[in-house]
Amino acid sequence: MIRLTGIERTFAVGDEMVRALRGVTLEIAQGEYLSIMGPSGSGKSTLLNVIGLLDRPNRGTYELDGRDVTGLSDDELARVRRETMGFVFQFFHLVPRLSAEQNIELPMVLAGIEPAERRKKLARLLADYGLADRARHRPQQLSGGQCQRVAIARAMSMSPLVILADEPTGNLDRHTGQEVMAVLERLHHDGGTVVVVTHDPEIGARAHRRLRMIDGAIVSDERAPEPIREHTGGAEA
Amino acid sequence: MRIADLLKFAWQVVRGYRTRTLLILLAMGIGVAAVVAVTSLGEGARLYIVNQFGSLGTNLVIVLPGRSETAGAMPGVLVGKTPRDLTLDDALALKRSHAVRHIAPLVIGAADVHVGARVRETPVLGSTAELVDIRSMEVALGRFLPEADPRQILPVCVIGAKVAAELFGAKPALGEWLRIGDRRFRVIGIMARQGESLGFNTDEIVIVPLAAAQALFNTEALFRVLVEAKSREQTLYAKADVEEFIRLRHEGERDVTVITQDAVLATFDRILRALTLAVAGIAAISLAVAGILIMNVMLIAVTQRRQEIGLLKALGATGAQIRAAFLTEAVLLSSGGAAVGLAVGQLVRYAAVQLYPAIPFQAPWWALLAAPATAVITAVLFTLAPARRAARLDPVQALSRR
Repeated sequence: MIRLTGIERTFAVGDEMVRALRGVTLEIAQGEYLSIMGPSGSGKSTLLNVIGLLDRPNRGTYELDGRDVTGLSDDELARVRRETMGFVFQFFHLVPRLSAEQNIELPMVLAGIEPAERRKKLARLLADYGLADRARHRPQQLSGGQCQRVAIARAMSMSPLVILADEPTGNLDRHTGQEVMAVLERLHHDGGTVVVVTHDPEIGARAHRRLRMIDGAIVSDERAPEPIREHTGGAEA
Repeated sequence: MRIADLLKFAWQVVRGYRTRTLLILLAMGIGVAAVVAVTSLGEGARLYIVNQFGSLGTNLVIVLPGRSETAGAMPGVLVGKTPRDLTLDDALALKRSHAVRHIAPLVIGAADVHVGARVRETPVLGSTAELVDIRSMEVALGRFLPEADPRQILPVCVIGAKVAAELFGAKPALGEWLRIGDRRFRVIGIMARQGESLGFNTDEIVIVPLAAAQALFNTEALFRVLVEAKSREQTLYAKADVEEFIRLRHEGERDVTVITQDAVLATFDRILRALTLAVAGIAAISLAVAGILIMNVMLIAVTQRRQEIGLLKALGATGAQIRAAFLTEAVLLSSGGAAVGLAVGQLVRYAAVQLYPAIPFQAPWWALLAAPATAVITAVLFTLAPARRAARLDPVQALSRR
């Protein structure tokens, strides 16, 4: 579904050119649960941003669902992102002045979906992520775990092909982090493609396919025998 | 993105940053209120003057001795001769025109008016009975000058209310005698209080028959002849007749100036409109200043909400959508400010009306349209640059914490 070939990404930091990605070639199939690990500065977030079409590679090609998306314009990329990518960030990135439900609704609002349809979808998402009683709360009235669940619900609101999570547990305590991972794993269970960037080996080890990056290159790509853990991680309804 | 959602999103921003919103409303409001208030005052002054002229009688044609156009600054001076006097016979001749209803020759001077030991210097106006019709004046007590041969010196006078109060005090003035120079006049009427009417304060004058005034001031020459046309449409015919009659009587010399009420009115009207426009322009500068404030605030907003913009882009917002969001915000803020300004402007107008009820303060329709429109357009123009900056933000950098 996702095919990256020879992806290079360089940044200018002062006078120096930093090669964040050095010829990365990667294929991700539908329904995969993939983790990207590596030390800070290894390029794992840059790789995630390239996969998510937030960042453009300097060289190499990106095929998404058989379509070459390397040369698309900013606005075309935005539309592809809206339809196919769901982002989950370390710092949640909820809009502080909007309620939980308004945050979840945001991608659908941007896509211009009819309010009636939005409400139906919203009700389902709120129920799915156990947020029904928090719908009208502002982010600052929610716990970290709840914030991240709102963010995941928002990422799911457009039913994307891929969920991209950048350190989704980085800002949460261990227990809440496990809970959030369970939510993501449930998505995978339901057939979703999930890519998680983390530097926590315990979190990374949960994935079925584990990439390791050092200095902008993928140094290992292991697949655990599927399924790695049968019980669904204590996902409470 | 649907329009309703765009408005809702901008509304949430406007509500989310209250202090900022209030400050912009204030700045925009002051600008719009200033334009509305200033144009109200200007328009009020214009209407006031137009009404004042209306009280002079609308079909009025005024004949002045001397021709101002040919000689520039001072009639007669540059061509080396004084103009021929305008005489009573000239004035009476005008009555033959079919377009003329009334004429009133005027002689004006200042003289000491004595009643017993009391003396007061007042303007003395010599005219005929028809003056009261032309100038639509009102007599409070007694009667106006009698219809009589204008060449006859009658020892009667009509005095203003203030003159009556000052010369006779609480005593009834009607039927009493007063002395102007070496002549005695009986008071046969007292004018109603009308106040100032374009330099003519009927409260403070003494009106005597024309011939009496000519004798008092020892002159044959008339100060002016007031002519009332039969209707407003006939004013131009009356003017043409007046010019022609006087030319014939003055041996073909065009040596009088004939002004129609309408022409004078139109001139004042133009001057005051231009003045109103000028001060409105000055007031509009405050709108431009408010626009710069909006730009400043929007630039800050782009910095403050960098992460939010990055997020919106990650969620699939196009550059056009980000721009639209900022511009909608500007439209909301500026129209809110315009509404506040219109309200405050009306309050100022209301206060002015309470203070000076005589002047019809009223914002002209163009100001009520132009002020809010300028506010919104300025706001949008000054938001274009910040909105573009926001739309161009790189999502990865915007989302990062640094």
